[in-house]
Amino acid sequence: MTTADTQTLSNGVPKVKTQPIEKVSIIISRGSLESVYPGLIMANGARMEGIDTTLFFTFFGMEAIVNSKMDSLKVSTVGNPAMHIPTLIGSLPGMSAFATKKMKQEMEELDIPPIREFIEMIHDTGAEIYACKASADMFHLDMNDFCPQVDEIISVGRFYELSGGAQIIFT
Amino acid sequence: MTTTTLANKTLEIDAEGFLKDHTQWSRDIAKELAGQEGITELTDRHWAVVDFMRKEYEENGDGPSIRKLTKESGVPTKELYQLFPKGPAKKAAKIAGIPKPTGCI
Repeated sequence: MTTADTQTLSNGVPKVKTQPIEKVSIIISRGSLESVYPGLIMANGARMEGIDTTLFFTFFGMEAIVNSKMDSLKVSTVGNPAMHIPTLIGSLPGMSAFATKKMKQEMEELDIPPIREFIEMIHDTGAEIYACKASADMFHLDMNDFCPQVDEIISVGRFYELSGGAQIIFT
Repeated sequence: MTTTTLANKTLEIDAEGFLKDHTQWSRDIAKELAGQEGITELTDRHWAVVDFMRKEYEENGDGPSIRKLTKESGVPTKELYQLFPKGPAKKAAKIAGIPKPTGCI
C-alpha cells in the first residue's frame, strides 16, 4: 500500500514519511523538581526551534506555577531507584533538601534557570501557559494564586481545542 | 560538499545551510543569510545579537544558550524572538556564520 505519507515495507512494517513538528502541547502533571524540569526544558527547546508551544499544568504539576510554592520544589529521594539512595535513608529528614541543593547547583552550572525564572523565560519566548480547571478547583486555587505568566485556567476540553494539530507530550 | 555563493564569495555550507568556516564570514554575507531567513533588514539590535554570538563562539567554541544570550547581550528574551521569529539561537547562529549551538537551554 502506498499513500502520500505512508509506505509499507516488504516485511510489513509501515514506513512513515517524517514531517517537521510545528506545534507541541506539553502537560506537566507532577510536582517534584525532577518531574517539572523535563517538561520545561522541552517547552523551551521547542520554542528555540521555532515550534509553537503550549504548556499545561495539572494536578501536582501546578506547584510549579503557584506563587507561594514554585520557589521551593524539592527532589524526591524515596521510591526512585535511579537516585541510588535506599528508600529508608532517603526518607530521613534533610535528605530531600540535600538532593535538591545538589541538583540546583548542577543545573546552575548548565545554565538551567530556577523554576520561576524558567517559567518567565518560556512565557517570554511566546509559549502559552495554562492551569487545569479541575485541579484548580480541587486545590481551591484561582488566578491570584498563580504566577503572572499563567494565561488562563482552562478545562480539558479547551486544552484539546488549543492543542489542535499539536503533538501532545505528557510528563 | 555543498557550496553557495554569498556576497560574491563561494562558501562551504552544511546540510542545514550553516557556514563551515566562520572565518570566511563578513557583514555582507550576514545580510544575505538574513535575507534567506526572511529578515529583510538587520537593525542595531540584530547586530548586537549576531556580534555576541560570534564572540561567544570564538571564546568558547559553541554558541551561547538563550539564557546567556539574553543576560549578556542585553537583548531580552521577548525581543530576541521578535528579532529572530523562528528560533533565535539557530537563526542568529546561521546569520553569524557559526555552527548551530549544541546546548539544550
